Amino acid sequence: MEFGRISRRHLLQGGAALTLGAATGARPSFAAETTIGFIYVGSRDDYGYNQAHAQGAAALKKIPGLKVVEEEKVPETDAVEKTIESMINLDGATLLFPTSFGYYNPHMVKMAKKFPKLHFEHCGGLWSDKDPKNAGSYFGYIDEAQYISGIVAGYSSKSGKLGFVAAKPIPQVLRNINAFALGARLANPKATTQVIFTGDWSMPVKEAEATNSLIDQGVDVLTCHVDGPKTMVENAARRGAMVCGYHVNQSPLAPKAYLTGAEWNWEALYPKFVKMIAAGESIPNFYRGGLKEEIVKTSPYGEAVSAEARKHADDVKAKFLSGDGYAIFKGGLVDNKGKTVIAAGTDRGQKDPELEKMDYLVEGVVGATS
Amino acid sequence: MTTEAADPVEAVGTVAPAADAGFLQRHGGAIEYVLIPGVALVGALGVFGIFVAMFGKSPLDLYFYMYYGAFGTWFSWQNTLTRAAPLILTALCTALPAQLGMVIIGGEGALLIGALSATSAALLLQGMPPLIVQIAMVIAGVIGGGLWVMLSGALRQYRGVNETISSLLLVYIALAVLNHLVEGAMRDPASLNKPSTREIGAANMFGSIPGTDVHWGLVFGLIAAIAAYILIYHTVFGFAARVAGGNIRAAKIVGLNVSKLILTVCFLAGGAAGLAGMVEVAAVQGRTNANLAAGYGFTGILVAFLARHNPLAIIPVAILLGGISASGGLLQRRLGLPDASVLVLQGIIFVFVLASDALYGRIGFLKGKS
Repeated sequence: MEFGRISRRHLLQGGAALTLGAATGARPSFAAETTIGFIYVGSRDDYGYNQAHAQGAAALKKIPGLKVVEEEKVPETDAVEKTIESMINLDGATLLFPTSFGYYNPHMVKMAKKFPKLHFEHCGGLWSDKDPKNAGSYFGYIDEAQYISGIVAGYSSKSGKLGFVAAKPIPQVLRNINAFALGARLANPKATTQVIFTGDWSMPVKEAEATNSLIDQGVDVLTCHVDGPKTMVENAARRGAMVCGYHVNQSPLAPKAYLTGAEWNWEALYPKFVKMIAAGESIPNFYRGGLKEEIVKTSPYGEAVSAEARKHADDVKAKFLSGDGYAIFKGGLVDNKGKTVIAAGTDRGQKDPELEKMDYLVEGVVGATS
Repeated sequence: MTTEAADPVEAVGTVAPAADAGFLQRHGGAIEYVLIPGVALVGALGVFGIFVAMFGKSPLDLYFYMYYGAFGTWFSWQNTLTRAAPLILTALCTALPAQLGMVIIGGEGALLIGALSATSAALLLQGMPPLIVQIAMVIAGVIGGGLWVMLSGALRQYRGVNETISSLLLVYIALAVLNHLVEGAMRDPASLNKPSTREIGAANMFGSIPGTDVHWGLVFGLIAAIAAYILIYHTVFGFAARVAGGNIRAAKIVGLNVSKLILTVCFLAGGAAGLAGMVEVAAVQGRTNANLAAGYGFTGILVAFLARHNPLAIIPVAILLGGISASGGLLQRRLGLPDASVLVLQGIIFVFVLASDALYGRIGFLKGKS
């Protein structure tokens, strides 16, 4: 049936493509090794979100017996369903990493139902018990690393004015902004963090404008939460400001201006996942962790970071790594409109579901969520 | 074709075949319409092969994987047709006004507004029988998209605003309206990190054409393209539109209501793109969010121009471009080409097909008397 279709096409067209197809069709298509598919929403060398995942994929390529196939710039439409199916049907992939947040529902869920024997791992932490068991969703508490960046930024700023270029006022972004601002206030209780929302994940022109506007207002240390921090990092460095990175290490872009950064540690997590599958263990459908679980990490300090800043940041990092953990969002927390958002005496630990609904900016942040 | 009716070359091409009774002479015009774009396509593929060879990849591999990824298996065919479906509808948004000599490039905006209208209709009618909800979504999608492009038509007719610019700018307004509603009034409170409307409900979804993975959007597209062809070439209304497109003054002198023609054609054009948006909601996403702005409206412009604004020719051209995008993933995975290489190919095809316009009526053996 299927072949009949092809050969009819073959006869009808009789074109060059077909002749070539027949001539080269004998090549070995499916290897005996395990094939893992990675799908990115942007380009994999964006110095950002997608590059972080591509670095994780690169770590898998080093493991013998694994074959990694990658596809970039796949939109969050049924195109990603077709890419997943294509990786399964044409490349023989058995484990898939559709890495963008918007791939999950309905696209990856649909594919996980269609291919119940294959594994799907999504970045975003969206799994709920209604979803298929072969679909997993992992995410990292990167606000821990942003908190460390905030401490370093607080010490490094001369004006006490920090800047944050953010995509959208959604809980994950607000949590990063608040963690950064709270970290900065540990170092300098008077520090303010001015935030500008660009409205979308990849808006290079607006990101550049926001960076310039923040610097014009006296901000001298910047960080961001957008898909590609490259624009902010390069522009800020050019204007003489210092930066904290996000997603991956951007110090090659601005070696002198780079202080530290909040990075994903997918190169540690993905090999762990593959080993768990190979050993027959099941990966929890809802997999999360922070610095301690090696899902996020901080960039090495740049030369501009003072010894005092390093010491304070390292002390707090040690608390995150310790058995007791460390709560960033502690009771007696007031938002920037003066409203108490966490009552005194309540500590909200990292896994507290209340933090997933964050809709405020803490005291010390200049800006509004809407 | 009618957009360039003033072009003397066109006139020669259409007048000449009556001169002789031979087969080539009688069908020269029709053969031209297949032969010239065909040669242009082969030429473009040849140039792309050279381009790829410059990166050290084998052009033979390239052609094989393009064929394999787009048409080589039954899965590849479904992949191609799924991607072609929205393009047929958005291409009509440019092709229909082109009959009147208008260049509308705002199909993306009509798609977004159509999606938003269809979602609103479905959410308002929750609890009604699925068939009623689906019919309401189709009507709402068409009206929403139709009114959006009609706005450009009205601005041109009554205010002298260039319709190309206004339709393009309306895309950004549509996107802003969509984001505003999705992040505000229409937001599902549960969509924390991916602002979206509520879901329209699984029962109200359109599903796939039986026996395939291709959604019903393809059937909507085919019906719309055929209906548009009949409307333009086999009705009085279509004839009037083409007369107005050829010479607007002459049309007014013979008493045609040009305002009505422009508004109606723009409404139908926008309706087609709105229908594409409705299909994206009702057959793919199940709700409205920023994922809908995937660029189908912009690729539709390319399809319409490649098809020389002929509604029937849009179908094979959309399938061709659907195939190119379907095979793009395989080119990334097997040949390690960046995603942008597919855009390069699209660009080369566009240039070749536009340049080949100059050949119409100039190929000796297809002319009546040479």
